[in-house]
Amino acid sequence: MHKTTASAFLVGLLFGFGLLVSGMANPEKVLGFLDLFGAWDPSLALVMAGAIGVGLIAFRFAGGRERTVLGEPMRIPTKRDLDARLIIGSLGFGVGWGLVGFCPGPALVALGAGEAKAIVFVTAMLGGMAAFELLERNKS
Amino acid sequence: MNIDWAAFTPWSALAGGVLIGLSAALFVLLNGRIAGISGILGGLLRPSRNDIGWRVAFLLGLLAAPLAWLAVAGTPTIEVAAGYPLIVAAGLIVGISTRYASGCTSGHGVCGLSRLSPRSLIATLAFMGTGFLTVFVVRHLLGA
Repeated sequence: MHKTTASAFLVGLLFGFGLLVSGMANPEKVLGFLDLFGAWDPSLALVMAGAIGVGLIAFRFAGGRERTVLGEPMRIPTKRDLDARLIIGSLGFGVGWGLVGFCPGPALVALGAGEAKAIVFVTAMLGGMAAFELLERNKS
Repeated sequence: MNIDWAAFTPWSALAGGVLIGLSAALFVLLNGRIAGISGILGGLLRPSRNDIGWRVAFLLGLLAAPLAWLAVAGTPTIEVAAGYPLIVAAGLIVGISTRYASGCTSGHGVCGLSRLSPRSLIATLAFMGTGFLTVFVVRHLLGA
């Protein structure tokens, strides 16, 4: 197995474990955070703070390098325009997130735990992603 | 604002966040990539050479996390109150929207804000905004 394949697996595992520790893998916990005008559970703000605290250091370090520790090229996004796709897509994502409490990572973790509703959610999510691919292909 | 202190779990939230941050850090420092789940999954629907293995490996790791959790902490708490029609609708919306937005909570919210990307800041403000608004409408206007 290639080194980057092994590292991707371990990173995915750690990411999923972090989602479980934080409570983000539980949609009811997520909705408790999004219920700003009800009984608000601020926990997920601390998830973001913890993640970004570590991330800030890592991306500052990565920013000055052309190759990674494993010799891979750095593929950090370079796009800078604030276009309608970004804004409308993000507004739409928030609606879907708020309806059930699943975003893509936690939905996959819940699927791994065997949660039936996560299987349905991820299947529908893949359908939405496939629709995007078809729309993009027909455009060109 | 009315804080639900009984539900507030600051230490596990912070610890989980640090693990998520470490994972994003390792991914960029080892693989040179952004740990964005919607992009990693969605990219499989547009496969190209040498681009499948690491995506599948990452996703398998994510799916295996509950097994690791089971070994150390027992059955994870996953409560989904929504019914199936709403779950299908939300899944479709999340799928198509995150692809147009080029990212979700992980890619924009964690990695994007960590690298101080203006695009990710706008994206995060947008999905947080409609997330808050949607729960307000569902819980307090429609009273579901």
